[in-house]
Amino acid sequence: MKIFEKDDQELLSEEKGFFSKKLQRRNFLQYAGASAAGIALVAAGCKKDDNFSRGVDLGTGDIGILNFAYALEQLEAAFYTQVALTPYTGISSTESAYMSAIRDHEVLHREFFKAALGASAIIGLQVDFSSINFTSRDSVLGAAKAFEDLGVSAYNGAGYLIKSADYLTLAGKIVSVEARHAALIRDLISNGTFVGTDIIDANALELSRTPIEVLTMAKKYIVTEINASNLPS
Amino acid sequence: MDFIKILKDIETIDPEITDRLNPRRAAIKNITSFGSKVALSALPFALGTMFKKAYGQTSNVVNDVLNFALTLEYLEAEFYTRGNASVAFTSGTGTNAPAAAALKQIEKDENAHVAFLRSAITANGGTPGVKPNFDFTAKGTFPTVFSDYATYLAVAQAFEDTGVRAYKGQAPALLGNKTYLTAALSIHSVEARHASHIRQMRRALTTSGVTGVITPWISLGANGQANDSGVPAADKNFAGEDNKTQGGVDVTTLKNSTGGATSLKVAAESFDEPLTKAAVLEIVTPFLA
Repeated sequence: MKIFEKDDQELLSEEKGFFSKKLQRRNFLQYAGASAAGIALVAAGCKKDDNFSRGVDLGTGDIGILNFAYALEQLEAAFYTQVALTPYTGISSTESAYMSAIRDHEVLHREFFKAALGASAIIGLQVDFSSINFTSRDSVLGAAKAFEDLGVSAYNGAGYLIKSADYLTLAGKIVSVEARHAALIRDLISNGTFVGTDIIDANALELSRTPIEVLTMAKKYIVTEINASNLPS
Repeated sequence: MDFIKILKDIETIDPEITDRLNPRRAAIKNITSFGSKVALSALPFALGTMFKKAYGQTSNVVNDVLNFALTLEYLEAEFYTRGNASVAFTSGTGTNAPAAAALKQIEKDENAHVAFLRSAITANGGTPGVKPNFDFTAKGTFPTVFSDYATYLAVAQAFEDTGVRAYKGQAPALLGNKTYLTAALSIHSVEARHASHIRQMRRALTTSGVTGVITPWISLGANGQANDSGVPAADKNFAGEDNKTQGGVDVTTLKNSTGGATSLKVAAESFDEPLTKAAVLEIVTPFLA
């Protein structure tokens, strides 16, 4: 049972925190005596950590929100770095310049958060872009659109959780650049779709998402488990 | 008046009231100490102060921000409503249908923002400001604003980029306010999307007279200046966009994708800068009739 083996390895090597938590330990032991199928189920349940309560701890308060943003910027920077390294088939010089420019912005956002967070910064996340075909324009721009729209909704949704006016302003300085990217990517896919009913409501207000909603959508691209349970809400 | 009871009543509506109060959780204790030290006639004032602490902003502060935003949305909405009805959308090769459609979409969004802000202000117990009379030539600075497509787009870009800066500048006034800060941020990002598209439209113009290439984001001008729009009259709109210090960090000292130092251009592009209300009003004033 391949999946079980993988999960078991991860449980043993990475998830020491799991065993230190009393309640979960008790749950685990309770199921440990059950059939092999039962254990596999628990292990699978642990791996599918749907409420982001284990793994790399984003932290509390403003630090937590900044780490959340840092996680997203890491994802975007890694994506565009790959796009710039392996341009999709038939990329035009204009689009190539756009992709390099966006990569530069995202890399700077990532490096900025890393520097600003200092010792509080989370580790570098392991990403998984296996669902993206980097040779295909449609696949790359589709993923770029997903990342950019998600990023904007993340900053919009997390803004009110920030306690420091300075940090809020910093988030504001970045989110509008992400929105500029998002509009461009959407226009590259289909000119004139810089806004659309999928991202704005009848009042022309853009979508906002909670950190958990964002992480749930980003999860497919991030291997490293993220613990968002200490974020303010 | 029973203030403890009032607080309890509020708690049934807003269970987090005790948490919001400062110092946290000691709020009820504070009431008691107020009771012993403050004269009865001063109590309503003391309570008002506590609520200001609890919610961070008074409804007046929120409504001031919303009315300021409303003024800018009035400006944009009327600009596109009038401009779209009079400007010929040509790019030298005939009618430009995609351009007309995009500007129509933006017109629709700006009018929706006006309607939203008016209802939000009313719902928050305020009175929406009256729409000013506008002069989109800015006292003759842009005499062909509604007859020349390139000028129309240049002014549109200035409005959108400035709108983004204006909302950003007001965000701290709404700190922690789930309803109104989130709404303001959700308009802010739509303005940034508009700005991105208008900038792409200007880039597509062959007759724009712009030196250098317009990008969807605010870059540096051809001579490294903060104003990348190619419109010297818009210098104030872009003042400070060449800032390289973010949160006390000189971001040009940070590594770029190849491990070298980050350029000032990338530093400027990666962060949009806020504008104060005073700076925005100074920019907008020439457009008031």
